[in-house]
Amino acid sequence: MLDLILTQTLNGLASASSLFLVASGLSIIFGVTRIVNFAHGSLYMLGAYLGWTLVAWLGPASPLGFWGGVVLAALLVAGIGALIEIAILRRIYPAPELFQLLATFGVVLMIQDIALAVWGPEDKLGPRAPGFRSFVILFDSRFPSYELLLIAIGPAVLALLWFLFRKTRWGTLVRAATQDREMVGALGVNQRLLFTSVFAFGAGLAGLGGALQLPREAATLHMDLSMIAEVFVVVVVGGLGSVAGAYLAAVLIGVLHAFGILIFPKITLVLVFLVMAVVLVVKPYGLLGRRPAGQPRATAVEPLLRPADRATKRAGLLALLLLAALPLAAPDSLLLILTELLIFTLFAASLHFMMGPGGLASFGHAAYFGLGAYGAALAVKWLGAPMEPALLFAPFLAGIAGVVFGWFCVRLSGVYLAMLTLAFAQIAWATAFQWVELTGGDNGILGVWPSAWAVSKTAFYYLALAICAACVLLLRVMIFSPLGYGLRAARDNALRAEAIGIDTMRVQWAAFAIAALAAGVAGGLFAFFKGSVFPTYLAIPRSVDALLMVLLGGVQTVSGPIVGAFAYAGLSEQLAKLTLYWRFALGLAIVLLVMLFPRGLVGGFLAWRERLGPGAGAR
Amino acid sequence: MSAPAPSAAAPVLAVRDLAKSFGGVHAVQGVSFTVEAGRMVALIGPNGAGKTTCFNMLGGQLRPDRGEIALKGRSIAGLRPREIWRLGVGRTFQITATFSSMTVRENVQMALISDAGGIWSPFRAARAQHAAAAEALLAQVGMLEQAERACGVLAYGDLKRVELAVALANRPGLLLMDEPTAGMAPRERVALMALTARIASETGIAVLFTEHDMDVVFAHADRVIVLDRGRLLAEGPAEAIRQDPQVRAVYLGSGTVSGGH
Amino acid sequence: MSALLAIAGLDAYYGRAHILQGVGFDMGRGEVLALMGRNGAGKSTTMKAVMGLVPPAGGTIRFDGQRIEGREPFAIARLGIGYVPEERRIFSELTVMENLAVGRRPPREGAPHWTPDRLFALFPNLGRMRDRPGGAMSGGEQQMLTIARTLMGNPRLLLLDEPSEGLAPVIVEAMAATILRLKEEGMSILLSEQNLHFAGNVADRAAIIEKGVIRFTGTMDALKANEAVRTQYLSV
Repeated sequence: MLDLILTQTLNGLASASSLFLVASGLSIIFGVTRIVNFAHGSLYMLGAYLGWTLVAWLGPASPLGFWGGVVLAALLVAGIGALIEIAILRRIYPAPELFQLLATFGVVLMIQDIALAVWGPEDKLGPRAPGFRSFVILFDSRFPSYELLLIAIGPAVLALLWFLFRKTRWGTLVRAATQDREMVGALGVNQRLLFTSVFAFGAGLAGLGGALQLPREAATLHMDLSMIAEVFVVVVVGGLGSVAGAYLAAVLIGVLHAFGILIFPKITLVLVFLVMAVVLVVKPYGLLGRRPAGQPRATAVEPLLRPADRATKRAGLLALLLLAALPLAAPDSLLLILTELLIFTLFAASLHFMMGPGGLASFGHAAYFGLGAYGAALAVKWLGAPMEPALLFAPFLAGIAGVVFGWFCVRLSGVYLAMLTLAFAQIAWATAFQWVELTGGDNGILGVWPSAWAVSKTAFYYLALAICAACVLLLRVMIFSPLGYGLRAARDNALRAEAIGIDTMRVQWAAFAIAALAAGVAGGLFAFFKGSVFPTYLAIPRSVDALLMVLLGGVQTVSGPIVGAFAYAGLSEQLAKLTLYWRFALGLAIVLLVMLFPRGLVGGFLAWRERLGPGAGAR
Repeated sequence: MSAPAPSAAAPVLAVRDLAKSFGGVHAVQGVSFTVEAGRMVALIGPNGAGKTTCFNMLGGQLRPDRGEIALKGRSIAGLRPREIWRLGVGRTFQITATFSSMTVRENVQMALISDAGGIWSPFRAARAQHAAAAEALLAQVGMLEQAERACGVLAYGDLKRVELAVALANRPGLLLMDEPTAGMAPRERVALMALTARIASETGIAVLFTEHDMDVVFAHADRVIVLDRGRLLAEGPAEAIRQDPQVRAVYLGSGTVSGGH
Repeated sequence: MSALLAIAGLDAYYGRAHILQGVGFDMGRGEVLALMGRNGAGKSTTMKAVMGLVPPAGGTIRFDGQRIEGREPFAIARLGIGYVPEERRIFSELTVMENLAVGRRPPREGAPHWTPDRLFALFPNLGRMRDRPGGAMSGGEQQMLTIARTLMGNPRLLLLDEPSEGLAPVIVEAMAATILRLKEEGMSILLSEQNLHFAGNVADRAAIIEKGVIRFTGTMDALKANEAVRTQYLSV
């Protein structure tokens, strides 16, 4: 028993090293550039693939070939990092945080397709490290010596980073820039160079982490997103910006995984989730993290939000009447497209409710959409429920998840919150994917058909229209209710809101739950619309769909998500039909969008209108 | 008004032996003082003397390590800001804290809605609620004409007045003002503090404020409390404090370059 | 001989607000010039525009005869302009010595060369807390550190944004003494100020700004004698 505990601990420590390398890189980059680099998992993946190619090329049998390949891969990834910083990030530093996150997600999509094009869809089994192929006998059990090497690399890198940041001028400048980058520039330090070097350094760490992982596991096209979700957990648990915290958390998560797989293989993720929950309750900013201080971003002055005027109301009513009259004239194929758009509109509106008035940007909103879909499907499959009660069960399941996940999320704000929502969504996705007995895993659940009366395309269209329109209108009413105002109060100025008796955290929690509930309604409808559910409904790309719809329409307008949903869903559908490498095209589109409109489409439009008007002299 | 006239003898706020440390730094160490109804009391001292720490303990933003804070005889030490607010403490901040996406009137309405316990109502329109009461408060601080403007575009002095109206919305017995005139022009400073003094004497609110402008302090404070390195250095009527040699040494200086002319 | 700093027709916006509307003034070598005016009049924005922290929309800024408007802040700092912001903005996680290290630049011809030891002679307090993190210092000490940090760049022109704001009167007196010491070293200083007493003690000349326009320039004595200007633009 004791030896088992020991070997699993060593296993955990070994896997912690790569996790730590990637997480510390992410943390360092965030510290200086204030950008959460979504693409950090992709750099890790590139490190693995490049390592695989380079080691094979240099000769996997010789130590020089192997280690040379690993180091070269890390350096190459650092170079790619520098390239990304110079070509993309440098142009979007003034953009709002969310847009920056989106842009790095665009990079994720692009790298996915590049890797697919270069290395193909098959997994690449890595070479063993020469000199580290044997086993060491520890407490009567055989332990791979390469694992021991990995265990040593973690603390070694930690010590190296400590030295770099405490004892070199570059490190001092980086720490200063972490606090106040503008001031560092005003003191004569070339910020651009500093930022590029920091990004390249962090990217190199991720690349090294990926290359070092090769002898342990194969390089695959999925390792980017699974790594980034784990890294977000590590960084949230350890404390964003704390390298030592990242190590501590990586060890914790790594060891937990090792034991979890041994003892409860099905609920490893739940274990991770529980640990994260406990840490966040006790220390909201992570084990070694501190409340984000220093330079609070100049809080954007949000525009006034006014109820719709008569003309807008009339236009809305007209649109609704038009939609209601449409089945009289439209063909079935158009009805199908419109039904889907209606469902996405509700999905987008639900995200907008927490993101716009609430300022709570979720990067994992698909979790609630997907849980709604699974809620309906599970009710049909396991309870034999007809459509009507199943449609009620959908928001119920999503709402429960919203209440539980939301409780943790509202303890954080900004990018921390975004990272946590993403981690939760990954957990929900992994559960749907792994719990094959219940969910059918990758095969999904089929045969989720509507009741007889709603089977026809027209009937289902009306059902979707009625439910979605009612829910969207209800969300609108809430935005202008005292609760909605309280939500905006918490966003505009939490200090003031608390000082006039508003429990900001509870108001945000309620908003989170309401948004989850509404997304669940949309998910339930979607399940019956498609007749089946799959884990992809909860996956990250679906969350990004919702984000894009909201941002495209404009976060600070109430009708924005409606417009955005129609615009985006139509566009991406066409894109997918047009090209095999649609991910690359979509990623590029996102990146270009953020670079061309760093203030968002609406902000860009306003600025453009300003330039046309007689701006000068007006105050 | 039906506000009971509290006797001048019973202090609205009584602070006893208040202390707070951060790491090894003793920010506030054993401070005691009182504030009476209808009085303006200034809290002054060098930077880092513990004024803001004191204020944040009174407002609930910080939890004291030790000591007693009594509001009308009731202990409020360690309560949250929103609980303290419910007991009748209004507060303005050094950097004005208002809701920028709402109009001036809506800002005050929010405080009134919250005071009436109406936040948890998701289906009624908020704009119609307590509108008249909000306008009455805005009239009191002279901001009624700008009631429909967005808070995000107001001039700094006007923002301070909106904050005052918000702080008065729950009919507080105690008003805490952290550097109420920081960043204002001399004339604006006088106007804001004269307004506050008038409201204090009319309604019997006790006012505690921190301030760096000695002209404001000596013109409007009934009593002055001086902190230095977390301790109470002196306390008394404004004129006595101005002459106090100890206060001159650690804080006021010779009066050649600022204030007190 | 040309002016050290010559600003002409400077325009700047914050969003849609037209903050600087053709600001212009000159200052000479070794001079202490007080830029005075109410809150929001454009004092800080002028400083930030000189430093490149706010992009000028129009006009010229010449430093030592060289056009510098539109350059990046680090490049402007390297030409020999040191900026001390209003909010101090020290690196609170870094020690006093590390804060100074961030500001360090090579020696510069025609400017006093500062080392930590020389700075500790000027600010004895700082010398006693070399390894203390900036966050654990009092407001007055932080104000001294932010000036010392900027001096490490060996500037020829020092921009001091509201050096007396929010400081206790005794510290303000110490600050005035420091500025006079720097002036003795031959340092040129542009300071923004609302406090007439303070400005009167340290400055040679004053420029008054109101709603983004310079309304008055002249010697400190001329300003003291001109009650109309003082009441109209400084509201004292």
